[in-house]
Amino acid sequence: MGTEDIEIESRNLNLWYGSAQALKDVSIPIEKNRVTALIGPSGCGKSTFIRCINRMNDLIKGCRITGKVLFEGRDVYEKDVDVVVLRKRIGMVFQKPNPFPMSIYDNIAYGPRIHGTQAKRELDEVVEDSLKAAALWDEVGGILDKPALDLSGGQQQRLCIARTLAVKPDVILFDEPCSALDPISTARIEDLINVLKHDYTIIIVTHNMQQAARVSDHTAFFLLGEMIEFGETKQIFERPVEKSTENYITGRFG
Amino acid sequence: MTRQTRERMIEALLFASAVTAVVIVLLIMVFLFKEGAPFLIRYGIHTFCLGMEWNPIAMDGEPSYGIFPMIVGSVYIAAGSLVLAVPLGLGCAVFLVEIAPPWAQALIRRGIELLVGIPSVVLGFFGLVLLVPLIRESAGGFGFSILAGSVILAIMALPHIISISADAITAVPETYKQASLALGATRWHTIRNVILPAARSGIAAAVILGMGNSIGETMAVLMVTGNTPILPEPLYDVLDPVRTLTANIVIEMNYAAPGDHREALFATGIVLFVMVAILNAISHRVLKSRMEAGR
Repeated sequence: MGTEDIEIESRNLNLWYGSAQALKDVSIPIEKNRVTALIGPSGCGKSTFIRCINRMNDLIKGCRITGKVLFEGRDVYEKDVDVVVLRKRIGMVFQKPNPFPMSIYDNIAYGPRIHGTQAKRELDEVVEDSLKAAALWDEVGGILDKPALDLSGGQQQRLCIARTLAVKPDVILFDEPCSALDPISTARIEDLINVLKHDYTIIIVTHNMQQAARVSDHTAFFLLGEMIEFGETKQIFERPVEKSTENYITGRFG
Repeated sequence: MTRQTRERMIEALLFASAVTAVVIVLLIMVFLFKEGAPFLIRYGIHTFCLGMEWNPIAMDGEPSYGIFPMIVGSVYIAAGSLVLAVPLGLGCAVFLVEIAPPWAQALIRRGIELLVGIPSVVLGFFGLVLLVPLIRESAGGFGFSILAGSVILAIMALPHIISISADAITAVPETYKQASLALGATRWHTIRNVILPAARSGIAAAVILGMGNSIGETMAVLMVTGNTPILPEPLYDVLDPVRTLTANIVIEMNYAAPGDHREALFATGIVLFVMVAILNAISHRVLKSRMEAGR
């Protein structure tokens, strides 16, 4: 991969929660308009890693970071980086669907409104486009004023994706987006990720190795805070270099 | 004694203590209505509650028992206290939960606990010697006023409003906050547009409960409001003195002769009781609807 295609890159990233080190010297290049999957057993640091990219770890008291996370060549931890702009450009979809207790429409319009879109017509357009892009329009197009919490879990998660798309990010971070969903909803989200990667750079944390194999172009394997192996998904799953990667993929632990 | 009989005895004991509480409330209610209701019916609920004149010891002519000015006074002072206490309390609660560093949280919580511990008569005294002269000199009037009563009640309501709203804000799921921040919202925007709306029924319950407490408060209010059973003139003049329902009972109880006057005071108690009961019921309803909505 050519360096001009690298959108995000972590360099020697270390992270501590208090005195416990959660990330050890992690360096990963993330390619533009590709899906990069992060796999590994629970507590291995993969969620912590993606939360470094949009600086969601800032919220955690006692969290300390060294090293760099470059986004378009610039360290997101530099002093003059505007976190609001950063998070607008790097969206995030969480493990549990977390729509706001508002109408479907207001959920989607929430982001654009923050960032200055007020005109009704413009908002209508963003809402429709985002819901279409998240493959939810056909189901909810007629009930936009209904509470978002009335939707099913899978619909709620697609709503959260639509809500993220509505602020027009460049990167979307998925933090185990299907772990609370049934297989059919999961399949729909995976299809969606396959479509979205044409327009967005995607990083997905997943427990589900089949999912990583199905949706991603690159895969990074994490273990105990270290990034053990990174490469083309096909290579990682068929010919892993590291013994521990092979053990994990073949289901010997985790 | 076998384990089983001991278990039974403990259960019976606990049951008895639970029943005692209920029985006491019921007895108070029965007594209150027994003393006050006959008068209320004889004199007419309508004339009693909407009557403008309170003159139980008439020099010439019939005594009159109209408590409308006092209902207005009670509601006025309670509402005034909320106008002052709610923004302040809500601001404090938001700061406490969302912004304050741990040391400041500890400090504020201690402060709130202390505030709860101040006896109302002490607050009333403070109002009498500091607040009343201050109002008299800076704003005019007697100083004994709706404003003074509202300020003192606001101080009393503050800790309750802070702690109930803080609980409601704490109960808002962390995931809402994260979703909002991840979309690029600032902390303030998140508080205003996600956290406060999600906590609003809890906050509403706090406000209504605060109103109930304020209407029932007696001593502190009595000491600073001047206690004239007349409507403020003009009605919006917060510098005018008023008398509250509670004050009415305290002031006249020790010289009210058995008969109409005494019974009228019990009837005042009934009106007060009903008002507070309605407010409590509304507050429970609001809280319950929140639980049902919080799927």
